[in-house]
This record gives sequence, structure tokens and C-alpha cells, in this order.
Amino acid sequence: MNLTTALARLLIFPGLLFAVPAAWFFLWVERKAVALMQGRIGPPFMQPFFDFIKLLGKTTPQRSGVAGLLMRLWPLLAVSAAAGAVGLLPVLPSSGGFEGDLILLLALLELPSMCIIAAGFSSRSIFGEIGSAREAVLSVSYNVVFLLAIVSIAASQHTFRLEALAHLPASPLQILGIAAILVCLPAKLHLNPFSLPNAEQEIYSGPMTEYAGPELAMWELSHGLEWVAATGLVATLAAPHLTTWWLAALVFVVLSFAVVLLLSALAAATARLAIDTTVRFYWQCTLIFAVLAISSALLMRFRS
Amino acid sequence: MNLWNRLMCTSRRRSPWLFHMNSGSCNGCDIELVASLTPRYDAEQLGVRLEGSPRHADILCITGPVTRNAVQAIKTVYGQVCGPKAVVAIGSCPATTNVFIDSRTLEGPLNRHIPVDVFVPGCPPRPDAIVLGVAKAAEILANRAAKKLHVEPVCVPGTDCATDCASGCAAKAAASHAAAASEVQP
Repeated sequence: MNLTTALARLLIFPGLLFAVPAAWFFLWVERKAVALMQGRIGPPFMQPFFDFIKLLGKTTPQRSGVAGLLMRLWPLLAVSAAAGAVGLLPVLPSSGGFEGDLILLLALLELPSMCIIAAGFSSRSIFGEIGSAREAVLSVSYNVVFLLAIVSIAASQHTFRLEALAHLPASPLQILGIAAILVCLPAKLHLNPFSLPNAEQEIYSGPMTEYAGPELAMWELSHGLEWVAATGLVATLAAPHLTTWWLAALVFVVLSFAVVLLLSALAAATARLAIDTTVRFYWQCTLIFAVLAISSALLMRFRS
Repeated sequence: MNLWNRLMCTSRRRSPWLFHMNSGSCNGCDIELVASLTPRYDAEQLGVRLEGSPRHADILCITGPVTRNAVQAIKTVYGQVCGPKAVVAIGSCPATTNVFIDSRTLEGPLNRHIPVDVFVPGCPPRPDAIVLGVAKAAEILANRAAKKLHVEPVCVPGTDCATDCASGCAAKAAASHAAAASEVQP
């Protein structure tokens, strides 16, 4: 991948120029889908955009010292990590990539949740600290399954290149891996039934309690970009191998949209679980996915 | 006004995030505020979101007749809401202290402590009146932020409040009560 393609992927497609409107669109789809399932009309189409602009125009409280600097830094770091993760997705055919870009993608996908943990603690609000502790526990729980699922798919192909994984022929292992990732996504995106870190009204807004104005706008944007990156990862793994670029882009968008609808339906249909139930669910019930995936990956390696 | 300012004005008008605060209310108005978010009234169509933290909010919705204990909390929370902001007094209690008038445990009405932009009278007000009040507050907030104007308090008419709002304006009653209270107290 040379500099021009890297910049084009980061800034145009599937990077910022596509990802930021897509993030707002997905946030709207989530709210609208929940509203429709509850029998309401829901927010207008431009709502996440208006929210973002409005938050940019609000004042922030005076903060001094290192804590104030860090509170301004975490949301920016989260946005850039999420945008980088979207830019790495191998959406277009023959888009390049490099050996080991899967590991970079996983790290960038993990960075926003690290930022949220740090943000809650550096805000020094008791609710922020509770939210951060919950996020930390949650991330330890779901990441076991999430990482094992992706690593087993990669291990069966003997490569850490995203492009090789995207062009994977359909196999039981791939379906198992995608199912395991889908189980982890509600926790990764803080959706019901695993909306524990930002549990609205329960611990105020969790790690975001003290953030206001442009900082909060950046958090909203990073949340939207996380939506695009996480659903896009599922879409690239599930998409069939296509050589026409516009068809590949279209399939990517449609599959991402389908995943968003699925997750919103789950969020609207469920209530929030307690933290111990959630941790038990991930360690006891879904670990079977991970064990199955990793053992079938090992079997495939022995056979090949 | 250039394009960015017009966009900002529209965004402020169309994205009011609420923080709800109870200053000793009987819970009647609180229930009606939550009812305005339910499928029947669905305030989210206007972009309304009930936020958990006052830092995120644009509009502070206060119910209750402002008890002595609540005064400092109200001032703290009002300070925590980041500008531009607006205040909606929901119910007759924050406007006039309602049936609790002259109680020695009260420090009401609300506009003795913080500036109030919209009064929604009623005991309790209907959810559609609350939605209207929030929409007006969002408009006031957007205009004030754009033009730096001082806007007089507004009263939402069309509510069936017979006790203290015969003329349909609790704001006037609140102002006169505040004047009376300041005369009595040294």
C-alpha cells in the first residue's frame, strides 16, 4: 500500500468522508429503529448531525492542570483511533493492505474503549469511575471471545492480512466466527442488554458524566465511528468476493446496515442486565463459541 | 448572520437535551414530563433527549415548589449546565408555589433564585403543554445565543389550570408573588 492509496482510504473511502456521514446515519438508524419498535415516530433524519453541531457550539467548564488536558485529549484519541480502524477495512477489491494489518485493526478497535476507561477516571466523578470500572470488566469479558473468534479465522488462513480474510470462501468456521463477533458487538457498542458502562439514569452517564460541549461531540462521533468500524468488520468478513469496486462498496454498505438493524432490534427488545450476569454470560455461555472456533481452526490447519 | 451561525441556530433549536430536576415536587409533574417522552406524545420527534448529566443538557426542567433544602442544589445544577442554556419551570409550584404558598419550609417561587425562561402552569400540566414549553425554550435559547438578547419569560397557554392561573399567565403571578415576598421579608 503506497502513500496515496493509504491517504485515500483514510480520508475518502471507507475513511472520514464516508465514515462520518455513515456514523451519523447509523446513530439515527439505531434511534429510529428503537422508536419504531416502541410505537413512536422517532427523531428526524438529521438529528445526530444537529446534535453534533449543537454540542460544538456549547461552552465547556474551566478545567486546569493535567487532568483538564487529558479530558480534552481522550475524546480526540478515541475519534482518531476509530477513524483509523474504519480506514483499514478492506472494502474495495485489490485495495492493498499489509501483513499484520488485522492486528493493527484490532488494536485500533480496542483503543476507544481504553480511552473511555481513562476518561472516566480522569474526570474524577464518582459516576465516571463506576462507569469506567464497568467498561474495564466488560472489555475483559467480551474481548476473550471477540479476539479468539478473529484469531481462529486468521489462523485457519495462515495470515494476518485483512484482505485474505475478506476473500475467505464461506466455511462453517467463518459462520461460527461471525456469530461470535456478533455476540460481542452489543457489549462493544454499549447497547442493551450490555449498556452497562453508560447506563443512562442508573449511573447518570457513566464515564461521560463530566464531559460537555465539543468534548461530548467528539465522544458521540467516536461512538458513531465505532459503529461503522464494528459493523464494517462483520460486513467485510461476511461479504462475498467481488471484483467490481462499486458492487463491493454497495454490498459493504448494505451488510453494515443489516447488522445495525439487527443490533438495534436487539437493543429495543431487551433490558439492561446486571454486571455480574453479563460477565457470567460472556465467560460461561459464549466461550463455547470461542473454543469451537479455535479448535476447528486447529483442525483445518492439521488437514491442510 | 452567516451560514455557520444560521446552522448553529437551527441545531440549537432542533436538539434540546433536557435535564430534569425535582425541587420538592409531589411527583405529579415528574410523571407528566416522562409521559411526554412516551409513544403517545413522543417528544423525541423534536430532538428531545432526557440526559442523565446536567453537563450534557441545554434545558433545565424544574418541578416542585423549591423547598429550603433544594435551593442550593438548584443553584449548583444551574451552574453545571453549560451555556447556552434555558430553564423551564414545569407546573404551578415553581411558578407560584401553588397550594403551598406561605409555607415556612419553602423558598419559592423559582425565579427568585435562577432566571426562568418558560413557565408551564398546571397541576400537573398536560404532557403536550410540556412539549410545547420545551420547544419554546429551545427557540428562546437559540435566539438568545444568536443575538445575545434578553428574553422575557414566556407562559404556555392552553392549559386547564384553574387554581392560580385564571388569566392564563403564571409568569405574572410569579412576578407579583416575588414582589410581595420581598416586601414582607426584611
